[in-house]
Amino acid sequence: MSVRRLAPPEQQPASFAFTPENLAWAKREMTKYPEGRQASAVIPILWRAQEQCGGWTPRAAIEYVAALLGMAPIRVLEVATFYTMFQLAPVGRKAHVQWCGTTPCLLRGGEEIKKVCQRRIHHEPFHVSADGDFSWEEVECLGACVNAPMVQIGKDTYEDLTPESFEKVLDAIARGESPRPGPQNGRQFSAPLGGDTTLTTFPSSPAPLPNHPRQAGEGRVGEGASGKA
Amino acid sequence: MTKIIVDGAEVDVPPEYTLLQACEAAGAEIPRFCFHERLSIAGNCRMCLVELVGSPKPVASCAWAVRDCRPGPKGEPPEVKTRTPMVRKAREGVMEFLLINHPLDCPICDQGGECDLQDQAMAYGVDSSRFKENKRAVEDKYLGALVKTSMNRCIQCTRCVRFATEVAGVPELGAIGRGEDMEITTYLEQAMVSELQGNVVDLCPVGALTSKPYAFAARPWELTNTESIDVTDAVGCAIRVDTRGREVMRVLPRINEDVNEEWISDKTRHQIDGLRVQRLDEPYVRQGGRLRPATWSEAFHAIAAKLRATRRERIGAIAGDLAAVEEMFALKDLLVRLGSTNFDCRQDGTALDPRWGRSSYLFNATIPGIDEADGLMIIGSNPRKEAPVLNARIRKRWRTGALKIGVIGERADLTYDYAYLGAGPETLARFAEHPPARLSRQIWLVGQGALARPDGAAVLSAVARAAVSTGALTDGWNGFSVLHTAAARVGGLDIGFVPGDSGLTAAAMASGGVDVLFLLGADEIEVESRAFVIYIGTHGDRGAQRADVILPGAAYTEKSGIYVNTEGRVQMGDRAAFPPGNAREDWAILRALSEAIGAKLPYDSLAQLRAALFKAFPHLARIGAIMPGNPDDVRKVAMRGGAMEKAPFRSPIDDFYLTNPIARASAVMAECSALAERAAATAAE
Repeated sequence: MSVRRLAPPEQQPASFAFTPENLAWAKREMTKYPEGRQASAVIPILWRAQEQCGGWTPRAAIEYVAALLGMAPIRVLEVATFYTMFQLAPVGRKAHVQWCGTTPCLLRGGEEIKKVCQRRIHHEPFHVSADGDFSWEEVECLGACVNAPMVQIGKDTYEDLTPESFEKVLDAIARGESPRPGPQNGRQFSAPLGGDTTLTTFPSSPAPLPNHPRQAGEGRVGEGASGKA
Repeated sequence: MTKIIVDGAEVDVPPEYTLLQACEAAGAEIPRFCFHERLSIAGNCRMCLVELVGSPKPVASCAWAVRDCRPGPKGEPPEVKTRTPMVRKAREGVMEFLLINHPLDCPICDQGGECDLQDQAMAYGVDSSRFKENKRAVEDKYLGALVKTSMNRCIQCTRCVRFATEVAGVPELGAIGRGEDMEITTYLEQAMVSELQGNVVDLCPVGALTSKPYAFAARPWELTNTESIDVTDAVGCAIRVDTRGREVMRVLPRINEDVNEEWISDKTRHQIDGLRVQRLDEPYVRQGGRLRPATWSEAFHAIAAKLRATRRERIGAIAGDLAAVEEMFALKDLLVRLGSTNFDCRQDGTALDPRWGRSSYLFNATIPGIDEADGLMIIGSNPRKEAPVLNARIRKRWRTGALKIGVIGERADLTYDYAYLGAGPETLARFAEHPPARLSRQIWLVGQGALARPDGAAVLSAVARAAVSTGALTDGWNGFSVLHTAAARVGGLDIGFVPGDSGLTAAAMASGGVDVLFLLGADEIEVESRAFVIYIGTHGDRGAQRADVILPGAAYTEKSGIYVNTEGRVQMGDRAAFPPGNAREDWAILRALSEAIGAKLPYDSLAQLRAALFKAFPHLARIGAIMPGNPDDVRKVAMRGGAMEKAPFRSPIDDFYLTNPIARASAVMAECSALAERAAATAAE
């Protein structure tokens, strides 16, 4: 965590407005909430504004969303600065790499992935690469620890990375392709890497359950004396 | 009512009380930073932890209702303990966390000596710090001309954010970032625009938000506190004037639930630097077209010579907006002794007349009455500018959802939603024969923007008729309410400081109706050039520049005076400081002058003057009380009728920050005015 501020004025676009499709979508989102509670839609709508702006949230978008939802601009700024998923400065045109720096990924070689980011993109996070195509940041656990180490790019995760396979992913994105998300080592989802280790055979018949004599007093009320008599 | 045991003593409290309130009711003191009676509950400082028997952890008493407590195993009342070692340890832990990032700069902090954190650290702080890392550093924010920030000190209680959003109704403060990096700021550090922003300084429990004009000026223990009444508007807020020696250092609100709760406007709080500059500190006499300093006797002789050469019906007096009742009473007395009935306290020419009954010019619904109202019609008024504290009261009621508001007049941001019905008299006329509204407690609030115009009497009658026909006057409820803008106005009307039968109004006097004109701090009126003007006042404002003789008077902080607020509530302010130089209290000037011109006033002390005043107007002796008007007066006014013009209503206040001579002399108010103008220009883009 660190102090988050809007990008400097020279990076800010002069204005922002939703495309007609996004505006129609936003209006639909707003109808999910009762009259007077439109501010509840701020996160999805601001998120859509960020997508439209190429992955970051400029000041103009914050003010546009505030006006759209009838909120004070400070309220939208609070949301934008609270949630780290809102990028306040421009990110790479082709990809913004969110590198997981939490323990399981680091134990599985995450540091090497970070070094790739530092070498290929920029030594510091939140800086756009020289060609303007890439940027990266460190994030907390993204919940794919079984496939550590991993990064998230946009809405896709790339898992089971090695420096080599990660570079291939970046190469493909740089060429304008969209590499196949998921494990990059041929593994299916989070299935065991070396083949199955359990449930490898089908048992011929169900195993007998251990004998479990019923305790006295158990059972339904009223079942007692007459049943035994 | 619910029973609850606090520290072994059983108390009976309403179930909606929080544990904190219940503990206070039982006499237990609960430390707190984020909790404030008049703001929503945040529960984020954790200082108010108490032990709730049966709960495994201490609970935040500010956010835990009595009704949420479970009874004991045998049905005994829930039990709260506030003095156990567990509570003490918990609070000490919270305090240690709060102090981790709080700088140790009390010696240079303006809050020092009146700081909640300092005081509570005395009780719950530990003597040394276990924290070895770097402290958090936060950039200071620019919040405008009145609030200075020192954000390292902020403990993120969010009182200021809640105040701006809830009470002031201008959601401009917010908390950006999160966790350790949370910061209080306005949007992109724009200046705050609320007229009540100074109150966040009082609310801040630490020294993060302090008063910018008062920065490094004084320490609380070297100040003398004097209880007084505010004169910047007609609400009559209870204030405390803090002085050091002769100088007024600051003005703070006092709690008066019936008037201002505990808020005051920025003009009330920060116009006081105007008390030091542009002051009239000795008499002046105009000679050869120029004002030259003179002695009191020279000035009195000049006046006496002029009065001897003037016919009595060519003498007049106009009282200004800041005058206390005593001096108006003395001035009226003097005029009567001189044989004149030309006196008027209505500089703006408002169509209000005490002969129509007291009910015709009071805010009859009263300010606490707003808390019961279910309908409010605002006519020709912008309460946000004319009476910001009263506006906050309206907003408070509106936030409960029980108040429907309509506006006839200017469309303005009043900090609450309203139905805009129209701009002027035509809309008002539609309500003349309106069937009774399905509201039981309506307020018809009419401002000076609707009354201070040539057809003001007709407008007043039309408002009264509308109030009567819509059912705003019922048994025990009089919803016809006049909102005044001048602190002196109701007092002046109460003592009949209006022209007698053949007397001239303020406008007639100012445009050549009289040859000798007394101006008692009347600066809002243009006097034509032939009249001989005697100005009794405090500041070198318009009235003094026009004057032929200046008699330097005392400002509201420099005299004990009675003021009657817009509800008709009689209040008395005490003297906090002395007038500068040769200036004297206004009643004393009039007393001395009366002797010099051979019309001696029969009182030699303020006590004697007050005795005469109370004899003539007994209701003025009941300080703090309202003598209600007779609702039949309103019905009579409704019958008066009259033709209204078509011109739309306009609020009488263009610039909130510059409405009186003190504020116009104040550099702080000038800066606020410029900031407000800039903000308005930006908003208009």
